[in-house]
Amino acid sequence: MAFRSAVVTFPGSNCDRDMAVALEQVSGTAPKRVWHGDAELPEGLDFVALPGGFSYGDYLRSGSMAANSPIMRSVKRAAERGVPVLGVCNGFQVLAEAGLLPGALMRNAQITFVCRDATLRVENAQSLFTSGYEAGQEIVIPVAHHDGNYFADDETLDRLEGEGRVAFRYLENCNGSARDIAGVLNAAGNVLGMMPHPERAIDPAHGGTDGRALFESAVRSLVDA
Amino acid sequence: MPNTADTITPKITDEIVAQHGLSPEEYERVLHALGREPNLVELGIFSVMWSEHCSYKSSRLHLKKLPTEAEWVICGPGENAGVIDIGDGQAAIFKMESHNHPSYIEPYQGAATGVGGILRDVFTMGARPVANANALRFGRPDHPKMKHLVQGVVAGIGGYGNCVGVPTVAGETNFHPAYDGNILVNAMTVGVADADKIFYSAATGVGNPIVYVGSKTGRDGIHGATMASTDFEEDAEAKRPTVQVGDPFTEKLLIEACLELMATDAIVAIQDMGAAGLTSSSVEMATNGKAGIRLDMDQVPCREEGMTPYEMMLSESQERMLMVLKPGKEEMAAKIFEKWELDFAVIGEVTDTQHMVLEFGGEVVCDIPLGPLAADAPEYDRPYLSRAEYTEWAGIKPMANRPDSDDVRGDLLKLLASPNLASKRWISEQYDSQVGADTLQTGGDAGVVRVHGTKKALAISTDCTPRYVHADPYEGGKQAIAEAYRNLCAVGARPLAVTNCLNFANPQRPEIMAQFVHALEGMGDACRALDFPIVSGNVSLYNESKATGGGSAILPTPAIGGVGIIADYDAMATMPFKSEGDAIYLVAPEFWSRPDPTRSHLGKSLWLSVVHGRDEGRAPPVDLAAERGAGQIVRRLIEEGVVNAVHDISDGGLAVALAEMALGGNRGADVRASDDYTPAQWWFGEDQARYVITVPADKVDAFNRLVAEGPETDEAEWVGFHRIGTVGGDSLLGASLEDLREAHRSFFRDWMEA
Repeated sequence: MAFRSAVVTFPGSNCDRDMAVALEQVSGTAPKRVWHGDAELPEGLDFVALPGGFSYGDYLRSGSMAANSPIMRSVKRAAERGVPVLGVCNGFQVLAEAGLLPGALMRNAQITFVCRDATLRVENAQSLFTSGYEAGQEIVIPVAHHDGNYFADDETLDRLEGEGRVAFRYLENCNGSARDIAGVLNAAGNVLGMMPHPERAIDPAHGGTDGRALFESAVRSLVDA
Repeated sequence: MPNTADTITPKITDEIVAQHGLSPEEYERVLHALGREPNLVELGIFSVMWSEHCSYKSSRLHLKKLPTEAEWVICGPGENAGVIDIGDGQAAIFKMESHNHPSYIEPYQGAATGVGGILRDVFTMGARPVANANALRFGRPDHPKMKHLVQGVVAGIGGYGNCVGVPTVAGETNFHPAYDGNILVNAMTVGVADADKIFYSAATGVGNPIVYVGSKTGRDGIHGATMASTDFEEDAEAKRPTVQVGDPFTEKLLIEACLELMATDAIVAIQDMGAAGLTSSSVEMATNGKAGIRLDMDQVPCREEGMTPYEMMLSESQERMLMVLKPGKEEMAAKIFEKWELDFAVIGEVTDTQHMVLEFGGEVVCDIPLGPLAADAPEYDRPYLSRAEYTEWAGIKPMANRPDSDDVRGDLLKLLASPNLASKRWISEQYDSQVGADTLQTGGDAGVVRVHGTKKALAISTDCTPRYVHADPYEGGKQAIAEAYRNLCAVGARPLAVTNCLNFANPQRPEIMAQFVHALEGMGDACRALDFPIVSGNVSLYNESKATGGGSAILPTPAIGGVGIIADYDAMATMPFKSEGDAIYLVAPEFWSRPDPTRSHLGKSLWLSVVHGRDEGRAPPVDLAAERGAGQIVRRLIEEGVVNAVHDISDGGLAVALAEMALGGNRGADVRASDDYTPAQWWFGEDQARYVITVPADKVDAFNRLVAEGPETDEAEWVGFHRIGTVGGDSLLGASLEDLREAHRSFFRDWMEA
């Protein structure tokens, strides 16, 4: 059965095509492309991706304006119904601003933009996004962001850790994130936000294919369900 | 002619003319072109159109001599960017441009808008931008302003390119005291389009609507082009208001909206509003179309109330485009721009008058005949020194004595820790080099991006060695082209064409004009010999500053942006050492196999300046036949898959090339010196047309067979192979990888964290 996914484009998204290519390569089916101004996501989706980029130029705060786009009401309802929602980079910032994930993404501790290969440790290999990895596995996924410094209060961080909601940690913290957190899950486990770009590690030509298993996990979880 | 209140000017005085950067002689030409006195709007238009920046009045005569044609060139200089055929009905569109003066005054915005401007030049022609590159020259690191300038420029380039989602994949950064008061920021964009969907700027079709899209017009950047056409005075800082402010978010929307409209058949012509904004875009469109133009200035979207036609015409507000649409397409086009939340306004029409007529408040405020505006434009044949006179003036002599190296390890570590050879990771990590998910390599000899959805890839390299150009403008001009050619060959690409960004000082000085003329001759000869035509470019003159005391000129810096094609990226080569036991060869002109130490070049080498503090000697000569032959053979070896690492030899010589390969692959090497050369010559000489390659053990037979088969052409007989060592271990020339790495990263770390 076909994997029915959608990639949302906000004004200023710039990894929407990359995300669509990755989803198509891994699942075999091209995702629907959805404009932020649309009122509703397509019916019967198996997966929604909020891509990287600079929605609204990062003006006001990264992700804050996109979080109030018309389509986000529909994304929230889909998330509540249990549809898997992945936010990468700016997509993570949008999910945090929309309240679908706890915490906030602040300016990198070193102030400057950072683009490099980051080694991550898979902390939770049980989620629908990460079941293709082994717990504790080290994977290399590129990062490229200015506002990736994850912040939440200690109580929240303790809860995230206690509930196994830290999906990935940086081996070498590249932005000042609290407790080296690179990606977090919501309580139900169907929403993942992460700063690193798995869609940039799909094809051997990318220099690594460690991002593939994330999308494969999502596809498999649908087939298994 | 009637005037509205704001354009009624007192008689145009000498002072007003001077303020507009026109000489008395040039003002006479204005009077001749118009047949009467101009009003202020008209004077402003003449002043920017005839500025050095827009008119190329000092350089045009010499630019005409550059080779611009080849079978694969679709469009050479004259349009917004150059266009070349890359097969399968696709074209690559590219150009490099300077944004030097604004970047010195306001580094973040200056650099950012430089990137924005060059992006627009490329997508204006119908291409989706796929890669950015840059060439940056800064002054002494210990100059009090330099850290601030480097931080600002790098953040500005990143801030703009990262946001629009175009990966920055190549670049070079040099430091030299000659740039203390006048840094250079040259930005390049490469895009890909369908070869049958290229958009040009010629306005045609009388009555066709002229449409303004993008951002609103503000009062920023007025007279930016005029500023770019004079020396810096002590008051450089006071010119900050002439620097434009960039908005990459709007640019991203503009790219998407324009490409969406370009997919329809609505556009007749399109031109971005760059330097001299609405003036140059409308004049160029009408002139290229041999048409006239009528604009209703009341319709121009303005950011502020009460803007005058003078301000609207001279504003350099960013992220704006001008288009001629087919009649009846306005509504459809407007919907696309509304979707992307951009301004869209019909502001005029194409006419058959061959005049540019501007109306404001129901009255004509400007009426300029376009023929005379172009025909009467000044063109100067400025005096210049001969090559011999120049050498005399510059005091270039063979080295009086040649020092040697008695500590190769120590010298190598010093070189790796020097600003020009230090790791530039601090810079490159601030650029998103991966967005688009088509980047195949960065940080090597050339940046490589896949042509989306194909096995093809484009290789991009920016090059120039200004200290060579200063010592010998002709050889230095050749060398810039040759090095770009070499860097493309080193990744396995066939070099196709170049763009250039010619940064020089004041052309009214015969010695500076000599640098310009002779460098261009060298470039032209190299381009012809290497089948590597120049398809676009930009000239930036008056790069000298009184701000640092004394009329200090920059080093002549004709920066080159080379583009090549890799037919199948699975065969792409990279720089790092790959595995233990790989055989290392020096690929070099034959005389390196039949030693002739008198030809080895330490003159103008980085080793000489870093280790001995001597900036002297002659620049290395460039043998174009050897360059071409070595390139051909290296490409063949890469295509046949018998080499697994390739690196060109340039700044710092053989030792630095080996160190970069070792650091990239995290493997050392055992390499031998030569009995025929002194250690300094062998390890640090900067002779041209050379590469280092490695051959894996199981390919040695195939490699020998290919080499024995001989070259495809007689030229390649010039090329020799010299086995110099083997990959392995964790040291190079007595230095551990750890020490090499520490030296390499120390400069930027220590400077930026200090």
